[in-house]
Amino acid sequence: MEITPKPLLDVDQVSLRYKTRDSLVTATYRVSLTVKKSDRFVILGPSGCGKSTLLKAIGGYLEPVEGQIRLNGAVIRRPGPDRVLVFQEFDQLLPWKTVKQSIMFALLASGRMGRREAEERALHYINMVNLTQFADSYPHTLSGGMKQRVAIARGMAMEPEILLMDEPFAALDALTRTKMQEELLQLWEQTRFTVLFVTHSIPEAIRIGNRILLLSAHPGQVRAELNSGGSDVPGPDGLLLSERIHNILFERKQEVAS
Amino acid sequence: MTDVSIHNYRPEVVGKEVVASQIGVVDRPLGTWERISGIGWVRKTVLLVLIGLVWEIYARYLNNDLLVPTLTQTFFALAESLGTGEMLKAIGYTLKLLIQGYFYGLVLAILFTIFASATRIGGDLLETLTSMFNPLPSIALLPLSMIWFGLGDMSVIFVLIHAVLWSVALNTYTGFRSVSPTWRMVGQNYGLTGPGLVMRVLIPGAFPHILAGLKIGWAFAWRTVIAAELVFGSSSGKGGVGWYIYQNKNLLETPHVFAGLLTVILFGFFVENIVFRTVERRTVVRWGMQT
Repeated sequence: MEITPKPLLDVDQVSLRYKTRDSLVTATYRVSLTVKKSDRFVILGPSGCGKSTLLKAIGGYLEPVEGQIRLNGAVIRRPGPDRVLVFQEFDQLLPWKTVKQSIMFALLASGRMGRREAEERALHYINMVNLTQFADSYPHTLSGGMKQRVAIARGMAMEPEILLMDEPFAALDALTRTKMQEELLQLWEQTRFTVLFVTHSIPEAIRIGNRILLLSAHPGQVRAELNSGGSDVPGPDGLLLSERIHNILFERKQEVAS
Repeated sequence: MTDVSIHNYRPEVVGKEVVASQIGVVDRPLGTWERISGIGWVRKTVLLVLIGLVWEIYARYLNNDLLVPTLTQTFFALAESLGTGEMLKAIGYTLKLLIQGYFYGLVLAILFTIFASATRIGGDLLETLTSMFNPLPSIALLPLSMIWFGLGDMSVIFVLIHAVLWSVALNTYTGFRSVSPTWRMVGQNYGLTGPGLVMRVLIPGAFPHILAGLKIGWAFAWRTVIAAELVFGSSSGKGGVGWYIYQNKNLLETPHVFAGLLTVILFGFFVENIVFRTVERRTVVRWGMQT
């Protein structure tokens, strides 16, 4: 056995609350998880399980009311370029920047490098997501899948400690979605970046993740943490991985039924 | 089940496309005439020429220079005033006032927007003041302005500031508030805060609104400065285009009055349809934020 590496991201007993117009909502309750380098860590749960809120807290946009979130041992307090978010919304690309400018903007705004180096790196990552011929296009001329590819390229170009993806393929049609999952895995093979991926789709979680955290809803609490080999195969108990996940997520309903 | 499959049975169909050459037109470039008549400004230019023609014919038929001079007479009057430098001086004077008023209005609008965006009371104040002052035509403030500031340029500039300030401030403020929260988060993600976030995310994000405010502010200011000169220019020694119109009316030089009006139209048209339209095409239209 090789020695297990130190955790890159450590979410330790984190409870999150946010205010809506007429109530105070507890999004997650004492959630713990650890992500190691080059993990493809998936947070899976029904809507309302606080998974997006948790991701925003890791991004530094929200402070836990309880517990700590640490990146390489340091407590996260504010947003920063070492944790890049990829959102679900297509409007995460700034409309006044072309594909190339959008990626250069990220690299320059964070003060990482000079113009020439930023341009080189932007073009490199645009090539990786197969958008070279659209480098000078504005976002409104691109399809939804292309926009998400630009956002992923922008995130990867930052070479962050961890890439935080908040249901990035949820707004895409099924065919594009499958293709994007494949491309994401290919990119991972090439650079082995660490990614924390939020989704509510069981097949997507199995496909993308090597480790899957299951959250229950209202408020989000950890139900289980499973390993995935990338395909839906039967485990030692004879159940498919997707069936196990389904049973764990919905077991309370079954108890009521039986 | 079996019933449906029997009743709804039909044979499968594969491959029934017609060869493209048999369809007729699949993709044919439009003819020259179709293309020219599709261009907006060509059609409008033709209309303009027709209107000019109607004017000329009617004025010749009426044959009364004092009421309606012909188009050619108006052009000659304009050329004459341009030749003597009188018109250029008038335009220069009007522009000088206008640009000063516009500039101070913008500066105040920026300060106001910052205050309104930073605090809730500021936002409330801006909304209240705007709903009070926006319906008030600026020219209505001129008498008061003359009491306060006397007969200098300052009274006109004060009125101009009023014309520009509210529309620009309100539009910019609305623009900032409508910037997508995702854009803000993206900006913060790459380490932008405070002024950096304002300059690189909020201002471009609010640009369609800001530009709309600038356009409305300009239109108000342009109409106001001409009106103010008509009322006020007569008592100050020098005057702009409004004064030129007023003075020539007193001299019963109707062709020159028309020439002054034509100048006002042409200049307003130039700024609103060429200057601002170009800025729009190069920014918000190109970014897909406005069509």
